Amino acid sequence: MEKPKYHTDIVRSFINWSILWGVVAVVVGVIASLQMVNADLNYPPYFTFGRLRPLHTNAGIYGWGIGTIFAMFLYIVQRLCKTPLWSLGLAKFQLWLFNATIIAAAVTLLLGFNTTHEYHELEWPVDIMVVVLWVAFSVNIIMTIMKRKEEQMYISLWYMMAAIIGIAILYIINGLTVPVSAFKSYSIFAGTNSANVQWWFGHNAVAMALTAPPLAMFYYFLPKSTGVPIYSHRLSIIAFWSLIFMYLWTGAHHLLWTPVPDWIQTLAMAFSIMLIAPSWGSVINGYLSMNGQWHQMRDNYLVKFLILGITFYGLQTLQGPMQAIRTFSAFIHFTDWIPGHIHMGTMGWVSMISFAGIYYLLPRVYGREVYSIPLANLHFWLILVGQLIWSVSMWVAGVVQAGMWNAMNADGSLTYTFMETMVEMYPYWWARAGGGLIYLLGILVFIYNMYMTVNKGEDPSLALLKAEGRV
Amino acid sequence: MWEKKPILLMLLATATILVGTIVTMVLPFLWVNTEADRIAEVVPYTPLQQEGRDVYMREGCNNCHTQTVRPLVAEVLRYGDYSKSGEFVFDRPFLWGSKRTGPDLARVGGKYPDAWHYQHMDSARSMVPKSNMPDYVWLRDNPLDPEMSRRKMAVLGFPYTQEQMAALEDKNEMDAIVAYMQKLGSDIPWRQSARTEVVGELTNPYSDNDADEQTLAAWRQLFLNNCSACHGNNLEGGIGPELVGANYDDSTLFQIIYDGIPAGGMPDYASLGPDRIWQLVNYIKQVDRSGEP
Repeated sequence: MEKPKYHTDIVRSFINWSILWGVVAVVVGVIASLQMVNADLNYPPYFTFGRLRPLHTNAGIYGWGIGTIFAMFLYIVQRLCKTPLWSLGLAKFQLWLFNATIIAAAVTLLLGFNTTHEYHELEWPVDIMVVVLWVAFSVNIIMTIMKRKEEQMYISLWYMMAAIIGIAILYIINGLTVPVSAFKSYSIFAGTNSANVQWWFGHNAVAMALTAPPLAMFYYFLPKSTGVPIYSHRLSIIAFWSLIFMYLWTGAHHLLWTPVPDWIQTLAMAFSIMLIAPSWGSVINGYLSMNGQWHQMRDNYLVKFLILGITFYGLQTLQGPMQAIRTFSAFIHFTDWIPGHIHMGTMGWVSMISFAGIYYLLPRVYGREVYSIPLANLHFWLILVGQLIWSVSMWVAGVVQAGMWNAMNADGSLTYTFMETMVEMYPYWWARAGGGLIYLLGILVFIYNMYMTVNKGEDPSLALLKAEGRV
Repeated sequence: MWEKKPILLMLLATATILVGTIVTMVLPFLWVNTEADRIAEVVPYTPLQQEGRDVYMREGCNNCHTQTVRPLVAEVLRYGDYSKSGEFVFDRPFLWGSKRTGPDLARVGGKYPDAWHYQHMDSARSMVPKSNMPDYVWLRDNPLDPEMSRRKMAVLGFPYTQEQMAALEDKNEMDAIVAYMQKLGSDIPWRQSARTEVVGELTNPYSDNDADEQTLAAWRQLFLNNCSACHGNNLEGGIGPELVGANYDDSTLFQIIYDGIPAGGMPDYASLGPDRIWQLVNYIKQVDRSGEP
C-alpha cells in the first residue's frame, strides 16, 4: 500500500511558534520570581507582578502547552488515521489565529484587561478568539478521524476527543460574562457560585489541557520510541473512562474551608483520592511497557524524557490528592507549596513529554537527525535539576510558612505576625529564581540544538545508511 | 465497539463529563446565593467602591492577596471572623484568590484608618520595610470616569445616587481602591461581636526595674513589628498619635492595645496575647521615662 502524503510543514510551524511562546513564558516567570524578592523590579503600570503573573501562566498554558498540543495532535492524528489532515487550509488558518490570539492575550494582559479568573484571565473579545481557535482545531481533528483509513481508534485518539469536548464545555461556561465595554465585563456568576464554577473550570482545565493531551502524546510516543507496544490495552480503557469521569467532581478541592457548601467539598475530596487509581493506571501502564526495555533509559535520550515525564505525572497525582484532604489543605493551602506542586506538573510532566515529542518529530517533520545527543542530554539534566530546585524549595517554604502561620503560644495568642512569616520566605524565593534560571538555560540549550539540527543536522536516510555501514 | 465509532465515543465522553459537572457545578445553584445564605446587612458596592474593585482586578491584586477567612483557629485570630457565603453575593466574580504572598484582605475593612491605606499604597515599604509589595502611588494620577461607572452599575444592577456619581468627578483610582479596602468584610458587625472583654483587675506583671538591655531590645522589636508603621519608630507618631508623654495608666494602655479603638482607627491586638501586650505597655512607659527609644 502506498503511504499517504502527510502534512508536516504545518506541524513544524506549530512547534516553532510554541517554542517561542514557551521561552516567553519562562523568561516572564523568571522576571516575576525576581520581583518577588525585589519589589524595585516592578515597573508600573504594565510590568508589575500582578500583570506579569497572568501573562506568565497564559503564555505557558496556552502558548507553549496548547501550541505543542496542536502540533502533536495534528501530527499524530494523521498517522493514527493513516490519512492526511481533513483540511490543510483550516490548519493554516488555525496557526494564524493561534499566534494572533496569543499576541492579543499578551498585549491585553499587560494593559490590565483581566477577568481575574485564574488561567482564564482573558477578557471577552480575546475569549471569543480562543473559542474560534478551538473550534477550528476540533473540526479538523474530528473530520480527519471521521475519514480515517484505520478502523480501530488508538488510545491517543480517545484522549484527544475527550479533551476537545471537555475544554469546549469548560471554557465557554466559565467565560460567560456581560460586557460593559470592549475590554471590561462582569461574570454572570456571583460570589460563591462564581468560585465554584471557576474551580470546576480551573481544575478540569488541568485535566483536559494538561493531562489528557500529554497522555495522548505519551501513549503514542512511548511505543514509537521504544519499539514495544503498550503493556495493557484493557488497563488503558479503564484508566481513560474512569479518569474523565472522576476529574469533573474534584474542582472544589481548591475551595476547601471556604463558604462553598460542605458536601461539594467532601465530594471533591473523595473523588480526588479516587483519582489516584486512573492516574496511576496510565503510570503503571507506562512502566510495565518498559519491561525488558529499561536499558533504553541509558541508550535512548527520548525514553528518558518520557519516563521522567510520566514519573512526575505519577508524583503529581499522588501529591494532588494529598493536598485535597481537608486537614492537609488547612495547613498547606495559600502557601508557596502550591506553586511548587503545579510547577512539577508543568515543568516536569507536560514539558518533558512535549520535549520528547519534539525530538521524536525532528527526523519525521524537519527531515533531520538531531544535531547533538549530548546536548539533548544536557537539556534533560538542566531542566530536571532546575525544576527540582524550583519545586523542592517551594515545598520547604510552604511547610515553614504554614507552620509559622499556625504557631500559637500557650496563652492562645499567635506567635508570629504576618510579616515575620513572609520575611522567612526570601531565601526560598531566591532559590526558586535560581531554579527557574537553570531551567531557562536548559531551554536555551534545546533551542540551540534545534537550530543546529535544522541547519546542520544530518539527513535521516543518510544516517540510516551510515548506521548500516553502507556509506 | 466505541473504539471504532468516533461519534459514539464523543457522545459517551460528553455524558461521562457531564455527570460530575451537573452534581457539583450545576446543582449548587439551587442553594447558593439564594434566601438560604442571604445576609440582610450585606449591601452592594457604591460606584466608588466598585471602581476600586475594578482597579484591584486590573492590577491583579488577587495574585498575592486572598479574600476568604477559613474557619480555622489561627486564621480567625489573625484576620477576624470566618467568611460567609452571603457576604459575597455582589462579587462578580469572586476574588478569594489562591495564594497569600501578602495577608488576607477579607476583613481588612475598618481595620486601619484611610490614611494608613493611602500611605501603604503609595509605598508599602515606607511602612513595612521588608515588604515586597509594589508601589501604587501612580494610581493617584488616574481620574475616574463617571460615564463608565454608570454603565458598570447598570450592568451590575446596583443602586446609586446622582450625588455618588457626581462625587467621582474629583476622585482618582487611589481614592477608589482605598474605599474598596474599607468596605471589605465590614458589612456584618463582626468586630463588635468578636470584641473580648478583659475581666478582673489588670496588673502589670513587669516592674519598672525589669527592663535590662536585652529585654528592652526584644520589646523594641515587638513594637517595630506591630506599632511603628503608625506610631513611628521612635514613638513620635504619624498616622497614629505620638506616644511619648501620652501618660496613660497601665491598665488603660493595656486595654487600648488589646481592644483597639474602632472609632479612632486603632486595630485591636488581642491576638498578640496578654503577655506581649504588657511588654508593649512597659516599652512605651520605659521610653516615656528615659526619653530614649
